Amino acid sequence: MGILATYMLRLARKRWRIRAFRKRRELTAAANRTTSIRQDDLLLFCTIRNERNRLPYFLSYYRDLGINHFLFVDNDSDDGTREYLTRQADISLWTTKASYKRSRYGVDWLNWLQMRYAHGHWTLVVDADEFFVYPFCDTRPLRALTDWLDASSIRSFSAMLLDMYPKGPICRHPYHEGQDPFEIAQWFDSGNYTMAKNRKYGNLWIQGGPRARTFFSDAPERAPALNKIPLVKWHRDYAYVSSTHMLLPRGLNLVYDEWGGEKASGCLLHAKFLDTFAVKAQEEMARKQHYANSNEYRAYHEGLTNSPDFWCKWSEKYINWRQLEILGLMSKGNWA
Amino acid sequence: MSTVGFVMLCHTSFDRAAQVARHLAGHGCPVVIHVDRRVSRGALKRLKRDLTGVADIRFSERFSGEWGTWGLVAATQAASSLLLREFPGVRHVYLSSGSCLPLRPVPELVAYLDERPKTDFIESVTTEDVGWTIGGLNTERFTLRFPFSWRKQRRLFDAYVRLQRRLRFRRRIPAGMVPHLGSQWWCLTRQTLSAILDSPDREENDRYFQRVWIPDESYFQTLVRQVSANVESRSLTLSKFDFQGKPHVFYDDHLQLLRRSDYFVVRKIWPQADKLYRTFLSEDLASQPQAEPNPGKIDRLFAKAVERRTKGRAGLYMQSRFPNLNWENGMTAAPYSVFQGFADLFENFDTWLGKATGTRVHGHLFAPDRVEFAGDERIYNGALPDSADLRDYNPRGFLYNLIWNTRGERQCFQFGPRDKQKIGEFLARDPHAQISVISGAWAVPLFHTNSNFSDIRKEAAQLQKIEADHLRVLRALTVKARVRIWTLAEFIENPMEPLQTIIDEISPRSSRRLTEAPRMADLTGFGQFLQNLRNQGMQPTLMGNFPAGDDPRPMIARRGRPYLVK
Repeated sequence: MGILATYMLRLARKRWRIRAFRKRRELTAAANRTTSIRQDDLLLFCTIRNERNRLPYFLSYYRDLGINHFLFVDNDSDDGTREYLTRQADISLWTTKASYKRSRYGVDWLNWLQMRYAHGHWTLVVDADEFFVYPFCDTRPLRALTDWLDASSIRSFSAMLLDMYPKGPICRHPYHEGQDPFEIAQWFDSGNYTMAKNRKYGNLWIQGGPRARTFFSDAPERAPALNKIPLVKWHRDYAYVSSTHMLLPRGLNLVYDEWGGEKASGCLLHAKFLDTFAVKAQEEMARKQHYANSNEYRAYHEGLTNSPDFWCKWSEKYINWRQLEILGLMSKGNWA
Repeated sequence: MSTVGFVMLCHTSFDRAAQVARHLAGHGCPVVIHVDRRVSRGALKRLKRDLTGVADIRFSERFSGEWGTWGLVAATQAASSLLLREFPGVRHVYLSSGSCLPLRPVPELVAYLDERPKTDFIESVTTEDVGWTIGGLNTERFTLRFPFSWRKQRRLFDAYVRLQRRLRFRRRIPAGMVPHLGSQWWCLTRQTLSAILDSPDREENDRYFQRVWIPDESYFQTLVRQVSANVESRSLTLSKFDFQGKPHVFYDDHLQLLRRSDYFVVRKIWPQADKLYRTFLSEDLASQPQAEPNPGKIDRLFAKAVERRTKGRAGLYMQSRFPNLNWENGMTAAPYSVFQGFADLFENFDTWLGKATGTRVHGHLFAPDRVEFAGDERIYNGALPDSADLRDYNPRGFLYNLIWNTRGERQCFQFGPRDKQKIGEFLARDPHAQISVISGAWAVPLFHTNSNFSDIRKEAAQLQKIEADHLRVLRALTVKARVRIWTLAEFIENPMEPLQTIIDEISPRSSRRLTEAPRMADLTGFGQFLQNLRNQGMQPTLMGNFPAGDDPRPMIARRGRPYLVK
């Protein structure tokens, strides 16, 4: 990569940061408890909209992993999400009514909050329906992983998005508050992911899974990206470029080994395909606030009304992280 | 008081260090703690307060012990001198760190050392014999100069080493000294240790080792050879290193593994591994049922981790393993076979092949309209769909996914000039591919079709061009696949022998002879068909020599003894 290209990326990074700085005005603090953040706390950042019934399980899942403080941006919820979050002691909440799309799907807001509060912390950036799984997550807390990453001089950790789905039509099993979503959506695709290198940013572009095979089998290039880098030892100069798919500086995107070895990596179990999904797809289509003119939601909407079942006889039933590692979806790397 | 004293080098997690020190002192072992110079005064104060009232604990003079520098040796010297001076009853000095944890009851260690009062336990290997050093520096640790930090000034470090090598610079190793290396965690007797510390040459030795790289792995390891008569070259401390030379850390889930090791102390423990500390520092550890020692298990675990990190799983492409060209270490996960032209020449070839070899036989995986999985499946192992668009979006991805998903079962598939050709180059480069081609066999279905001859002629010309290009790829010098090419004419002359060869290669252990041959398509008049193509101005070249009117003999004639016994 030439000097000029490197410099252009540097400019791009600065632009994203300035943009995030300007977007800070869209955020109003509803509960700012960031003074309670201690020096080596693990932080979680999340943008949400109308996720009230998912939150209890989400919070307890990440509290169990060892997240010390949550920082939420609430984009105009009207289902009690805000009231629920302000009551929690380990949560700071900002609200906004501004356009989700024009904040680049929440990236600008979170970039700002991370710039302000996450410097020097290990930060996890996830959506309310993403559940982080990493090697040994059943026996070692997240702190063990971040300590190991620190000792190995690794700054960012990859976790591919793994779409989980129920057997049968997704509306059949209603999700109720506090329930583990993977009691319902316990299936996934184990071996139909393809990847290519993004030359500009150096990240891998991963596509595939149940969404690609059901909704995008005639337009594979439009299938959603599944590569994610949610766990980063944050520095105020860093910026997420597009969702958590890639970051700048581009060295942070080098979460894969190019010389035959395996680096350690995890998965984000994606609990998107529950009974709430159909409603959400309808709403999002009307709001047109999602990526690529909500193309994805349109495809879902059409697909879901025609054939609402992702399950096939080769679907794998989720057991634990070891299963994912054996299937080659994630790796322990040299963490033993 | 016990005859074993501990020197403990600490720089972080002082509450754990204090806990271990208290445990050791509680069993009568005096402990001298060295706290790194860079540690804040407050932390030191807390540690000292934590340990007030515990007898037989001392704090030694503080040095700054950055990794790989002299400070660690200086700290060890100061602390062990103090230990020897203050506790005259001590016979063995055990060097440990703040993140070490005793694995066996202290009395067991004391008894073990009491039985071997004159033995020094220190890993000490001549530089020629070590294979584990970082950066490839063995002997050169002793003969070059290292003014730059390996951790913080890596480029300068490397450049300076290169420069010295080029200039053939060498430091002189003091006379009578044979460089040895080894783990820095040792257990020495008072006699040996004091001989090193009170040596008349100490000043000279220290001056020399101050400029040796990573002296804590060589100072005592080298000098012990001069003074001790009874060196047992192994460490009593279990410590494992990863491929970067960083120590592996032990967690709660290693409990069973550690119980089965036969070491006395382990390094290093994650400070928050409560269960490990609780278990191994409990008073009734001795009364717990002993697990059968199996130290090999730990070795295997960590060797595997290093291998996974450096070589990875062959044929796996995933979020954290995406090898560059020629660094794949196995482009696909397992061997597979590609058949080109066989399905055109033989009727129901796939069924026959499946029966003969017991493998999974697909149709044309790269057919233009859909993926022809075995059994006409719409979706295959790993939820791989049959969509041609998805496959063509990343044909390699499709293939290595298929081979990865079906590990343990050999895959065979048909290929031909009617298929999407993009994968051809990948197939040719993959050592796992066994490619068998009957060139020109695509003409057989054309011969049997019921279409206008001008269309046939056009299609034949096109297919011939595609196949010729593919054959050129397969004949390139860089090909790694196992490629066999016959012309159609060659093949039908004697079909059983090539078939037998291919099948033997697929399943070498089943020494079955082929008894049933696949049924060949009727080729009566095929020579004339080719002549007609020629007459229309197209030159069919890939089939080999088929004189018009000379129809091939039916295969039945050769059925009796199809294969020559070796």
